[in-house]
Amino acid sequence: MTELQAGRTSESLGVPHTGAQSLRSRYRDLLIALIAFIVLALLPLLTSSKALPDFVIRCSAFGLFATSLNLLVGYTGMISFGHGMFFGLGAYCFGLIMQKTGASIPVAFLATMAITAIVAVIIGAICVRLKEIYFAFVTLAFQMLIHSTILSWVSLTGGDQGLRGGIPRPAFLGIDLSNQIHLYITSLALLVIGLLVMRQIAQSPFGYTLRMIRDNAGRASFIGINVWRVKLTIFVLAALFAAVGGVIMSLFVSGAYPEFAYWTISGEGIFINMLGGITTFLGPMVGTVLLLILNDTVTRMTEYYGIVLGVVILFFAIGLRKGLMDFVVEWYAQRRRSGEGF
Amino acid sequence: MDLDALTGCLASSACVVTQTTSGLIIGMLLFLVAVGLTLIFGVLKVVNFSHGAFYMFGAYFALTAYQLTGSFVLAMLCGAAGTALLGLIFERVFMSQVYGANVLMQLLVCYAFVLIFDDVVRMVWGPEFRSMGMPTAFQVMPLFIAGGVVPPYYLLLIGVALAAAIVLGVGLARTRIGKVIRAAAHNPGMVSALGINTGLIYGGVFALGCMLAGLAGALAAPVRSLTPGMGFSVLIESFIVTVIGGMGSILGALIGALLLGLIRSFGSLGFPLFTEGLMYLFMVIVLVSRPSGLFGKEVA
Repeated sequence: MTELQAGRTSESLGVPHTGAQSLRSRYRDLLIALIAFIVLALLPLLTSSKALPDFVIRCSAFGLFATSLNLLVGYTGMISFGHGMFFGLGAYCFGLIMQKTGASIPVAFLATMAITAIVAVIIGAICVRLKEIYFAFVTLAFQMLIHSTILSWVSLTGGDQGLRGGIPRPAFLGIDLSNQIHLYITSLALLVIGLLVMRQIAQSPFGYTLRMIRDNAGRASFIGINVWRVKLTIFVLAALFAAVGGVIMSLFVSGAYPEFAYWTISGEGIFINMLGGITTFLGPMVGTVLLLILNDTVTRMTEYYGIVLGVVILFFAIGLRKGLMDFVVEWYAQRRRSGEGF
Repeated sequence: MDLDALTGCLASSACVVTQTTSGLIIGMLLFLVAVGLTLIFGVLKVVNFSHGAFYMFGAYFALTAYQLTGSFVLAMLCGAAGTALLGLIFERVFMSQVYGANVLMQLLVCYAFVLIFDDVVRMVWGPEFRSMGMPTAFQVMPLFIAGGVVPPYYLLLIGVALAAAIVLGVGLARTRIGKVIRAAAHNPGMVSALGINTGLIYGGVFALGCMLAGLAGALAAPVRSLTPGMGFSVLIESFIVTVIGGMGSILGALIGALLLGLIRSFGSLGFPLFTEGLMYLFMVIVLVSRPSGLFGKEVA
């Protein structure tokens, strides 16, 4: 077995949970989330530059997307290569509803979630029966199907030009998303709430069922777990969080473009997961920040972005064979163990 | 949607012949790419996600060789041999590191090379569209079959692809090397215990698969325009072919590629904007009814 898989099993073994412990860890998660939210929310006070808030908004969009992908890849062992379709779907649904119907933002948001859930149930019902590489391909094919639908349905989606003319952002509940600071705080809130909910999913009994299916699907089904239904559930849940990321992105750029639904988004999602590490919950978040920084600096320095990115990927895939957070966690565990020896 | 154009075409034999031949050449090119993919998967159990890049290199190598020497045959040979060598190096140096690792690692290594190869082509040959032009030997009167126009180059292309299919099929089924390859696909540990160098077989099969993709690229060079990133759409389509036909089945790849080629050429008449979508739809239908593909082995 690879180091990656070995790392995963050792993680899933050390989980004798008692009720009190899980309650305590839940409060701890909540506390960390609150502190992170407050610190990041105060960030614009420290700097007047617009670049930093913009960066954090993009991090929220991609962070939600990548972390939701990790629910599939890292926790359930389902390597989806088409997760980006839900990112694009969220962006387009939200943008279209806002442009065509003039609904209020919360209504459009909920409608987007409902549509994404329906699409994800249909696509998931077909895909989750398939294993490993077939699953990866078929999700990729669905991604391309959605992408080509967006390109060809010009009257609705604007084809390869994308949704233009801006997305109207009427104020609601005193929140005005056309204001940069309001948008910043809202994306941040969506990110923190999204991460918190996903964390709850990952730490719940359902979350441990996911790990079990990843490690031994046959055994899970022997003890009476309906593997297909569990996989479908997590597929749909992950799709919803990816769609939230898409909504944030469409609010940020005030539009939606076919690239949001293109396969490269999925590729980047996988890569973010790999970069940050898939054995820790926050790994994808770390990966998102790393990739976006890498993106911004490399595109400024050279036009051959692909070569640089490719070499970095190779370094992580062949050199380290794990993500940054995996590395940090293992290093920390090793240090603690050697500390106990004395 | 333009169903009138489709029914109108089906009513005239000339149009049917033209569309069928154009479907056949799309299918045959796809077959060459897809059969390499399926062969590599069947023996090495890895999915070469960067296979499209070899198709691209085949086309560019052929372009350069043709411009330097003016010989069409040399251009084809260069395209095939160059990509085979490139594939061998790629397999020995990089892919062999991730055998047995999980699919994610293999996808990532290939993804890295898709990015790198596209940029390398952009550096060497430039980002703009290039075209090789039809070789003078084939600049002759097209044939007319039942009123439809068939350029002679199309016949050559179909012939070469068919020959490759037959050589490959017979070679795998009847020759000693074919037997060893099939054995290595089945049980590499045992094959290596019998004193056969499995690393050599893996490298050879990978190079063969890449060579077929490169040959497809070289054959496509006179009839398609060349651009960095041209490999990706071909890659996606050959994935569809292998999934429809069943992973690891050569016959499946042939049938799947031809079906897809025909869907593309006739679909472009009836649904000009949704041609790509039609292919994905077809794949979904096949997978829902037969999850392991038309000719794949049943998977539990």
